Amino acid sequence: MRFKVLFIMTQKDYLKDISEIKEIMNRSTRFISLSGLSGILAGTYALVGGFIAYKLLVGYGYGDGDGSMLPLGILELVLIGIAIIIALLSIVTAFFLTKRKAKKNNEKIWTPASKQLFSSFFIPMITGGIFILLLIHRGYYGLIAPTTLVFYGLALVNASKYTLSQVKYLGLLEVALGLLSLYFFGNGLLFWVVGFGGLHIVYGALMYFKMEKGK
Amino acid sequence: MKNIIQHINKLFDHRVRLGIMSALMVNESVDFNTLKDLLGVTDGNLASHLKALEKVAYININKSFVDKKPNTKYSTTQLGSLEFKKHIAALERIINNQT
Repeated sequence: MRFKVLFIMTQKDYLKDISEIKEIMNRSTRFISLSGLSGILAGTYALVGGFIAYKLLVGYGYGDGDGSMLPLGILELVLIGIAIIIALLSIVTAFFLTKRKAKKNNEKIWTPASKQLFSSFFIPMITGGIFILLLIHRGYYGLIAPTTLVFYGLALVNASKYTLSQVKYLGLLEVALGLLSLYFFGNGLLFWVVGFGGLHIVYGALMYFKMEKGK
Repeated sequence: MKNIIQHINKLFDHRVRLGIMSALMVNESVDFNTLKDLLGVTDGNLASHLKALEKVAYININKSFVDKKPNTKYSTTQLGSLEFKKHIAALERIINNQT
């Protein structure tokens, strides 16, 4: 009897050992405090931006109805401006909400894992950014939406090794949307809004309810 | 009972040493301060456990300077990672044996 109690106790200790090993392996390689709420907000910015862009484009025969006509050169600058503002707002929001969540989780924001996450995300993103600026320079406007989605998706897949593994699926969906938007050429804005707006909101909400609300 | 725990490595039968090995197994190398934050231990405590693992050649120590500050990085040796794997396998056997 005493022998059995002793055995169960040591067994429990070993179970604890195993779970601790797993936890440390995870914590030392993955930065898990990414905020789900920031995904929802980034998606909302994208929807608002997409709506403004749609209103601006209507006058040029995109969709139906008539809107105001801006000179083409200015329209181009305005659209690029909107995209850059959305990207910056999303990054700033993600940074602050993630910082808040890391503090709550007692996780430092600048760890070897988060540095890896940062560089594995931004190398494809910056490459994509330059690629798109060159596309604009050459006048391939129709390729902007597919290219943004594909590069963003690949950046997520690449970065998912260093954070929540679900980020990988978001990335793969973005890549798929990017390829589809090239196949169904001419609907770039629609795909862009679904990819950056819809997917972010759905993903952010799933993460938020799964991880943040429970705590 | 004796038979079952004979492959348990006594050296890993401690929270901090087990933690050090876990972190080193999944990273190319980890520096002192990162290990300290990860495991939530004091400098002296961590240093003594690192020394114990180094003594049996389970880990490598690589001292260098980053911005003129000493930066010590640790990594597992082949022997260390082999012993750690054996230890994990032994833990698994014990757990499976009684469920």
